[in-house]
Amino acid sequence: MLTPRRFVFRGIVIMACATALCAPESPAQAPPAPPQPKPAGGDGRGNRPPDYPVRPPAAPEQLAHGQQLFGGNCSFCHGSDARGGEVGPNLVRAQVVLDDQHGELITPIVQDGIPARGMPKFALSAADIADIAAWLHNQPLSDRGTPSRLDILVGNATEGEAYFSGAGHCTQCHSVTGDLAGIGGRYEPKAIQNLIVSGGGARFGRRSAGSEQSSKPPTPTVTVTLPSGQIVRGELDHISAFIVALRDSDGTYRSFARHGSIPKVVVTNPLQWHVDMLPKWHDADIHNLTAYLVTVK
Amino acid sequence: MMKTATLLLLIPFCLPNGPLVGQGLDPALLTKPATDAWPTYAGDYTQRRYSTLRQIDRTNVRHLTLAWVRRLTAGPGGGEGGFFGPPAGPPAITGGVAEEPVTMPGATSGSPRLSGSILQVNGILYVSSPDNAWAMDALDGHVLWHYWWKSRGGIHIGNRGMAMYGDWLYFEAPDDYLVSLDAKTGQERWHKEIADFSQQYFSTTAPVVVGDHVLVGTGDDLDAPGFLQSFDPKSGDLQWKFYTVPMNQGDPGLETWASLDAARHGGAQVWMPGSYDPETHLYIFGTGNPTPAYTALLRAPRDVHTNLYTCSVVALNVDTGKMAWYYQTSPNDTHDWDSTQPAVLVDGMFAGKPRKMVLQASRNGYFYVLDRTNGKHLLTAKYSDAANWAEDINATGQLVRNPEKDNTVAGSLVSPDNGGATNWMPPSYDPQTGLFYVVLRELYAMYYLTNKDPRMLVGLGGSEQDVVGSLGSYIAAIDYQTGKLAWRYRSEGGFGGTGLLTTAGGLLFGNDGAGSLVAFGLQGKQPPVPLWHAQIGSIDNAPETYTVGGRQYVLVAGNGAVWAFSLQ
Repeated sequence: MLTPRRFVFRGIVIMACATALCAPESPAQAPPAPPQPKPAGGDGRGNRPPDYPVRPPAAPEQLAHGQQLFGGNCSFCHGSDARGGEVGPNLVRAQVVLDDQHGELITPIVQDGIPARGMPKFALSAADIADIAAWLHNQPLSDRGTPSRLDILVGNATEGEAYFSGAGHCTQCHSVTGDLAGIGGRYEPKAIQNLIVSGGGARFGRRSAGSEQSSKPPTPTVTVTLPSGQIVRGELDHISAFIVALRDSDGTYRSFARHGSIPKVVVTNPLQWHVDMLPKWHDADIHNLTAYLVTVK
Repeated sequence: MMKTATLLLLIPFCLPNGPLVGQGLDPALLTKPATDAWPTYAGDYTQRRYSTLRQIDRTNVRHLTLAWVRRLTAGPGGGEGGFFGPPAGPPAITGGVAEEPVTMPGATSGSPRLSGSILQVNGILYVSSPDNAWAMDALDGHVLWHYWWKSRGGIHIGNRGMAMYGDWLYFEAPDDYLVSLDAKTGQERWHKEIADFSQQYFSTTAPVVVGDHVLVGTGDDLDAPGFLQSFDPKSGDLQWKFYTVPMNQGDPGLETWASLDAARHGGAQVWMPGSYDPETHLYIFGTGNPTPAYTALLRAPRDVHTNLYTCSVVALNVDTGKMAWYYQTSPNDTHDWDSTQPAVLVDGMFAGKPRKMVLQASRNGYFYVLDRTNGKHLLTAKYSDAANWAEDINATGQLVRNPEKDNTVAGSLVSPDNGGATNWMPPSYDPQTGLFYVVLRELYAMYYLTNKDPRMLVGLGGSEQDVVGSLGSYIAAIDYQTGKLAWRYRSEGGFGGTGLLTTAGGLLFGNDGAGSLVAFGLQGKQPPVPLWHAQIGSIDNAPETYTVGGRQYVLVAGNGAVWAFSLQ
């Protein structure tokens, strides 16, 4: 629970819900990410402490000694990174390792072995095992919430270009010499790919800090036709079954009670094409478009 | 002590028309449809969230008005809050094992998030939020006591409410304790550790009392095994513990895992309350996703590896904790889509025959009907048009994943998003219309695999999910006999998912996603008509209804306050 009321995914998940009509909140039992690498301007968690106690860091020489001992005695079965090998399980997430503090739970297992599961006993001292435990406890548990840093480009740029100007009908609204000029230099590939689907509204990481182009989504507009016949238009502020509120062309805020179909309310979402495309996309077309747009420098 | 004495003196004056405080819960109430009381998580054991009350109905609901509102404050010195700070307080009771409690806004200070059910027994409300519990007068919201648990930490995502047995209350603290309070005074009777904190379990669900059992689930996001436990209501002693994944050689279901080690780290957390069928003595509940959540490579490399009993509806004999049957909705899930959603017990016709059924709208976008006497599958239907992750339904009604819609390095456009087509928010079944109502969200996300080495994926690691669009949020009305949607009502104001309530007055209550509690009129299978609403800013839980002093109330929590509505 990062925010008590509205559940906000920080950073990694984009509030790119296409329009102001559908600001999502995630009600998942699964909460958002645990501590992240610090973004600029704060740790992203406010003043909130970590959810679970953080183990105090061990001395570097203890970690080095523990790693050396692990490599010589344990890695053959459990993998050099302790995340499991051909026969030995992943130790980083093992319940006994999580429960262990300073080797007190690991020591008897190492010294006695687990014959039933094929683990031999090791003639290591409690002090040595404490060093191994310190190294195990120093391994990161979960990278939950960490953005992908992998190369996501798998598409075919030529096919992407053909889709852009052909089957995708992208050119009806967009141009690589107009609104999308230089987009390949302005955003990282993953951000471009997300923008292709969402149409905007996301807070994406920028490849270059020099670009000032906003990715704020265009605001939906609303036309209200009053019983008198008067028509009021403006940018949608908020809407429900009972009220519609807007800002008209000179910035004046106006709101109207709704009673069923009165007044008549028509909302126009400039990103409607992107919304309508959501059920239609083929991932390959998205990947190809991304491969193409990253070449638009 | 002084404060307690004062409280006891005041009580008779607080409740001129009400019954005595702490008269206790008559267990017989629990097996009846919800009317005068709201004595358990869903009002009654069926989880229908359907009330037979009809004082408020379609014809008069427009006269529904605010009876009272009471703001609450969490943490030490909290209790009853107000615009000018807490008034001279109710008795404040502190518990907890932490010497230095971890500071958590909403739990140690400020406005609590009241997303759980509120019990109403004998005119007293019992309210909870992470690390906090209150008793309030149901007639005016007066706070009788406030209990605060000093936390050692844990994920404080929510608290689904309390359970009651006689004069005793039970709730779970996020740092993995079951706490029992004296309902009259708020004094702690005992606390028991229910899960291993160092394995990063966290406890949010509402316990459920069935007979002489307090049924307690918990949660975890770090490859720990799931379980349901039964405790003695009096002593707090453990009666039985049912693991939802195989834990030992020879355990049933082990053949559905790549290894015993994978099974023992396989998740299937029980983080929502279950239903209870008194006829069969079965406690029926849903289980969570397998872990690691976002790759099947090491836990389910082959088709036979369905990872039992993850993403399943499970029925246990409540006295023994032994499994009677299970049905797995999503074999080998890879999207963190739990099947913990309420298992709603319905008696009715199916395919021309009377059936005792259990209905579940799962997080994965599909709706299931089972025979609750034996777990036999009766129907699978897609209730979210947007759901695009399955390529087939097998002979037993289970979904077959399309591997291209798993997390991929290049990114896959998938609906539902992580939150699911629905989630914790309670659905409602209305026997008058024969429809099952559920909050439906049709969001899309790009799912990126962030690490190619499956060994590095632990818990909910290894995935980046970027929400890239929405087709909207709805209340969907499902005809359980066909699986078809009778209608769906769009929440124009956004996501309105905190749960639903139906009543014999022909009403459906819900949250419109724009801060209003709405009463819809229902006529058969016709689309709902909004008849009444109250804008309260934000709504955090599912509405409830009951009668106190001959008057029917509708209760909801939001904006750190409890709101009661009645006819004037």
